[in-house]
Amino acid sequence: MDLYAELILEHSKHPQGEGLRDPFDAEVHHVNTTCGDEVTLRVRLGERDGVTTLEDISFASQGCAISRASASVLHELVSGLPLDEVESTYEAMHGMLTSRGKDPGSEEVLGDGVALAGVAKYPSRVKCALLSWMALTDALARATAVPTAPVPTAGATAGPATGSPVAVKEDPR
Amino acid sequence: MTTVTGVQPFTDDELATIRADVPILGRTVRDGHRLVYLDSGATSQKPRQVLEAERAYYEQHNAAVHRGAHQLAEEATDAYEEARAAVASFVGVNDSEVVFTKNATESLNLVAYAMSNAVTAGPEARRFVLAPGDEVLVTEMEHHANLVPWQQLCRRSGATLRWVPMTDEGRLDLSTLDSLITERTRVVAFTQASNVLGTINPVAPLVSRAKAVGALVVLDVCQSVPHQPVDLAALDVDFAAFSGHKMLGPLGVGVLWGRSELLEAMPPFITGGSMIGSVTMGDATFTAPPQRFEAGVPVAAQAVGLHAAVDYLSALGMDRVAEHERRLTALLLEGLAELPWVRVVGPTSTVDRGGAVSFAVDGVHAHDVGQVLDDQGIAVRVGHHCAEPLHRRMGVVATTRASFGPYNGEDDVRALLAGLQQVRKVFGLAA
Repeated sequence: MDLYAELILEHSKHPQGEGLRDPFDAEVHHVNTTCGDEVTLRVRLGERDGVTTLEDISFASQGCAISRASASVLHELVSGLPLDEVESTYEAMHGMLTSRGKDPGSEEVLGDGVALAGVAKYPSRVKCALLSWMALTDALARATAVPTAPVPTAGATAGPATGSPVAVKEDPR
Repeated sequence: MTTVTGVQPFTDDELATIRADVPILGRTVRDGHRLVYLDSGATSQKPRQVLEAERAYYEQHNAAVHRGAHQLAEEATDAYEEARAAVASFVGVNDSEVVFTKNATESLNLVAYAMSNAVTAGPEARRFVLAPGDEVLVTEMEHHANLVPWQQLCRRSGATLRWVPMTDEGRLDLSTLDSLITERTRVVAFTQASNVLGTINPVAPLVSRAKAVGALVVLDVCQSVPHQPVDLAALDVDFAAFSGHKMLGPLGVGVLWGRSELLEAMPPFITGGSMIGSVTMGDATFTAPPQRFEAGVPVAAQAVGLHAAVDYLSALGMDRVAEHERRLTALLLEGLAELPWVRVVGPTSTVDRGGAVSFAVDGVHAHDVGQVLDDQGIAVRVGHHCAEPLHRRMGVVATTRASFGPYNGEDDVRALLAGLQQVRKVFGLAA
């Protein structure tokens, strides 16, 4: 079946960038409420030529082959990118995964991630593939939030945006 | 589940007839595969007799039950009340004690919220009032529907939630029951059959201990009533909840059974039309049970469908349904025991065990197991099956669950066992 392409299985068995690393600017914890799969994800921001970049993205996950492979692809695709390119990569991945199979994805933008295109045909699995990507957007929102103004997300234990981790447990639907 | 001497499972011809009655089993899934439906624990498939009963209700008798003076209203009311009587007789109780709800979850919430509402009701409702110092006892194996409403009741009332632990095999550990059920215990809520482990719990020891301290016993019979004979009156519990859709009936109708003297004294949960005695601009009185607990226009078509479902099950014979499913369960457990890379979560023999079989496959997440099975037309449930604490206790995040209905056969079990070999192959784990 096309869902478990060799590339996906390889990523799921050996996820790129796995492990939680210090230092970091924000940490989030997301859970897929339908199956209990979870990911803890950290982001560290950097700066290159006056542009804010996603210096590192590190994670620990417990989940199915699709969610683990997707986290691996995420790390491979967006580590080191300027934030606007992280955003456009997210948009491309989200678009492909929620297209019900109509958007095959651009290999130029999504690299190995196009192997996840088959997931879009299985609506119940889209959440699995999006888990780490939703966690990333949440983590970036926290990392770039103005200090002293914690993001008012339901269930969040908000703290200062820099220096200390912020945890959130929510359904990334 | 015990074997009753002389009770035979369905013959091949009988099974073929049952399958022919269930239209959805005639369709194919995922590129022409025969549908192997092993998810009846989540919801059962429906025989055409049930579908036709609902259709006939809408085509011939539809009206708002308990309202109106016209002929259709009379017929609709009769059909609804006949359904109540049929369901009551199916589980061995009086029809005036059967309340139709949306589903078992609502039935359990009805009791929990009625207990909250007892605080502002009359003196007759005092026995339902919980306060700080009181305790509610559940078990570690409960479905969220028989756990979360009690957690919430405890939050609202200040009572304390306690629970019966489980053994590694997935049975209730009753060794500390005497210290768990005390004079402080006001409610004991537990399931007769686990929706994950298949475990069938001994009801009598919990009931006798609860009665000794005057606690109310609430029994979740969602996974027992569709699969074995259940006599609620004989079980001597106070309340019981089950869903129509898990027992060949339609979605949208569930049952709460309660002892009449308790229902008489219990304040309502949902209020509005149909459940009142008289209403002024400032106040209202409530009518007698069961109507007191059925606010709004009742789910008559669904109740009529459920009536057809209990007739269908009665014609099959619940003892035969139980024996049929027991044999399938035994066959599946034997097959899984031969796979060293499969770990069954729950009892591995059919002694005191129903037909829900949950398992973990080494090296493959339950979601992926389910996906590869689905690709072969095999429908199973994956995840925590609305029982997260149970999974945590058993040391697994998620499991794959196969569960049976009367329309399943040995071919379904063989398809699942073969499907699991394919799972290993897809993930490069086959020898």
